[in-house]
Amino acid sequence: MQRIGVFVCHCGTNIAGTVDVKAVADAIKNEPGVVFSAEYQYMCSQAGQELIKNAVAENRLTGIVVCSCSPRMHEATFRKTAAAAGLNPYMVEIANIREQCSWVHKDMLTGTQKAIILAKAAVAKVNLNTPLTPGESPVTKRALVIGGGIAGIQTALDIADAGFKVDIVEKNPTIGGKMAQLDKTFPTLDCAACILTPKMVDAAQNENIKIYSYSEVTEVGGFVGNFEVTIKRKARYVKEDVCTGCGICTEKCPQKKVPNEFNLGMDNRHAIYIPFAQAVPKVATIDPRYCVKLKTGKCGLCEKVCTAGAIDYNAKDEYVKEKYGAIVVATGYNPISVDKFDEFAYSQSKDVITSLELERLMNAAGPTGGTLLRPSDGEHPHTIVFVQCVGSRCDACAQKGKEYCSKICCMYTAKHAMLIRDKYPDTDVYVFYIDVRTPGKNFDEFYRRAVEEYGVHYIKGMVGKVSPEGKKLKVQGSDLIYGKQLHIDADLVVLAAAIEPDKSARPLATMLTASMDTNDFFTEAHPKLRPVESPTAGVFLSGTCQGPKDIPETVSQAGAAASKVIGLLVKDKLKGNPCVAHSNELMCNGCSTCEKVCPYGAISYVDKEFRMPDRTTKVRRVAVVNEAVCQGCGACTVACMSGAMDLKGFLNKQIMAEVDAICK
Amino acid sequence: MQVNGYKPLIVAFCCNWCSYAGADLAGNNRLAYPADVKIIRVPCSCRVNPMFILRAFQRGADGVIICGCHPGDCHYTSGNYYTRRRMALLFSMLDYLGIEKERTRVEWVSAAEGAKFAATMNDFAEKVAALGENKRLEDLRCKK
Amino acid sequence: MQNKNDRLKEQILRSSGVDPRKCMRCGKCSGTCPSYDEMEYHPHQFVYMVENGDIETLMKSQSIYKCLSCFACVDRCPRSVEPAKIIEAVRLAVIRQQNGDRMTTNDIPSKLDPDMPQQALMSALRKYSK
Repeated sequence: MQRIGVFVCHCGTNIAGTVDVKAVADAIKNEPGVVFSAEYQYMCSQAGQELIKNAVAENRLTGIVVCSCSPRMHEATFRKTAAAAGLNPYMVEIANIREQCSWVHKDMLTGTQKAIILAKAAVAKVNLNTPLTPGESPVTKRALVIGGGIAGIQTALDIADAGFKVDIVEKNPTIGGKMAQLDKTFPTLDCAACILTPKMVDAAQNENIKIYSYSEVTEVGGFVGNFEVTIKRKARYVKEDVCTGCGICTEKCPQKKVPNEFNLGMDNRHAIYIPFAQAVPKVATIDPRYCVKLKTGKCGLCEKVCTAGAIDYNAKDEYVKEKYGAIVVATGYNPISVDKFDEFAYSQSKDVITSLELERLMNAAGPTGGTLLRPSDGEHPHTIVFVQCVGSRCDACAQKGKEYCSKICCMYTAKHAMLIRDKYPDTDVYVFYIDVRTPGKNFDEFYRRAVEEYGVHYIKGMVGKVSPEGKKLKVQGSDLIYGKQLHIDADLVVLAAAIEPDKSARPLATMLTASMDTNDFFTEAHPKLRPVESPTAGVFLSGTCQGPKDIPETVSQAGAAASKVIGLLVKDKLKGNPCVAHSNELMCNGCSTCEKVCPYGAISYVDKEFRMPDRTTKVRRVAVVNEAVCQGCGACTVACMSGAMDLKGFLNKQIMAEVDAICK
Repeated sequence: MQVNGYKPLIVAFCCNWCSYAGADLAGNNRLAYPADVKIIRVPCSCRVNPMFILRAFQRGADGVIICGCHPGDCHYTSGNYYTRRRMALLFSMLDYLGIEKERTRVEWVSAAEGAKFAATMNDFAEKVAALGENKRLEDLRCKK
Repeated sequence: MQNKNDRLKEQILRSSGVDPRKCMRCGKCSGTCPSYDEMEYHPHQFVYMVENGDIETLMKSQSIYKCLSCFACVDRCPRSVEPAKIIEAVRLAVIRQQNGDRMTTNDIPSKLDPDMPQQALMSALRKYSK
């Protein structure tokens, strides 16, 4: 039998104003298990906590009920008090008689009656409380970053700076991601490569960082502090540690007609290639889809010209198994396919391009060497039309685009328009917009400069139709402010395509048991207060995999994710939440229902030997909960058909006792 | 809350992460709702075993309401979806047993919706009070 | 006056099945409309004016007969608002006040063409038979 002390708080007049606290303390005295009750002005004060500690010592209390404010407010305080008094902190229950009683009821009598019932329910629960100890698990002091764009690189650098080992897994032959493809960055117009490539080199040279380029995560097991990850290292047919990156093979290779992904297919590369000059690692890769040697067995020219002897046609995919304490997802984004939007004629004309393609056309390392030329005939465009919100902010039923705002398009379009007007003042630039959204430091000033200094024509309206006619693109759109339909003969049309999460994100989320929203963006643990953590413990989010973001935001989120990872890795042991599920092996029939409902994959099955009543032994399959992974939601407890599964701290019998106490 | 002189007894199961905090917010803003509503804190709406609801009706509760996070916002990823399905089944069975549909409810209340919490409780208590006492499942042996 | 417009608005919303509140005022419908220059009120204005209950002005305007019912605006609207259906509903409201349709249901089967939106057929008949 428990020896319970009940402590009723006045909270000044906050509680005592509507609840007769003395009556509550008196009424509760006769409840089973209660041996002590008291009331005091402020229980959370130093003096109030002393009162509790003394009462525990004097009355040999085993459980405490505090009738006060919400447990979300002071549960932790009173648990510490209990621990200081030598009790298990989980022997404390709070009856919420402020937020859910005195503050919402006006009448003294009803308030007091309800407070007594709430106190009785708490007493009934404490009667069944058992001391709980949080489980401990060791932490592997190594982090994994999935994705090697600016988000992944920044996260890895920050973690490595704190002295922890980090691995970056990147599916492409080089790190750098989308930022490496950009020309200039808003709102400062510094060149993307100039600020990104030093970071890529830093990552490559940092002794704490290991880069798995041309690799993919194929399997994730384990839990926070102890993930076990399988990484597939795709065969690149070039020995990474031998290749010097001289690039001779990439010039001699006879297969020259391979669409260059880095320039979005606007020019060609060879079958053996280095994606771009500043690639990290600067190592050649053979594309097996196009290599003549790999396809037919004849050729082998690259092997002959390679002085280092790095070519290996017999390379196979390799699988690496590694342990990590934390995982950061930084899988990034892609522009959506705009083929579905027939009205913009993207698939009909080469001169209708997406904004990312324009970045390559304006980049000094791009297919045109930085001169803005039309992809169709290589002539200078004199009239350029930008179309905003292509595929962004669409209705769900339209099924063509995305419901969300892609956030970055307004700014990069202003940047493009400004750069074009600056370099080619004889060009007319029209931007059709629905809204111009510029929430960011120096963003609106930047957009205004595009209009006021550079004379970009911003038109409130939308393009309805683009039709190629001869060398021109006939653009038909509305000008809602003028009240006119415009017809523009354009040379180039640039579509601000919506961005969507990378396709690799969805299978990765399944592997990590991390949750996603309907758009395949990873969800954060709390939209405001825990923006870089996924609800799955030990999995963190960095960059556009969580939602559309520009570079400054991505970098700050990457730093935040890194600090969360460091906060985790710096611990030697992890203390879990003791309120976790627990299976009674004797009742479990091994049906696997609980395993299926668990959102965290915390439940597994083991074969265990049991002694039967007739002294024989029998092997049975029973559920085992991994306490380090279980978050304590209780979904399994309800799904369990044999009633073997229960949730510590919220036992079936405890909640039932509360129901009974309330309904009595 | 009194309708025709009857004061109902209502048990509310509230998810710790959303509606329990929503109830706290209703308190902070001093938004009144009937004292007949007694809240039990659960870690997630999916912790609510149908057994608890049956027990409440058995012990003389007049109405049971379960509050969880909005679909898609569950702190534990998917718990509220389980609640939605389980309770749809349970409530139709209770309806078959003669416990009117108005006596049971699942409502999504976020931590920011103090006003919605109070409004929901006012509305629910009024509807339950109008139905009067619930005797269908009550176990008279439990009554003192 | 207000009441009449309210009643008409409700009728138009019901017969068209369109929710004008979904409109984000991008103007793509008017950007796409082939008979924009013929119209006094343009597709996006139809949506806006119906939402604000200014129906009688629309009913008096010739614009309702200038709509070709080509449904380009319906196809391209990013928010699935379907402006052509609203215009058609306004047209219908006018015709109902003129006492009856210009065709009988028996006439329909012979005029059906599987490649043509049925609503376009209806619109055409209502516009040109008098």
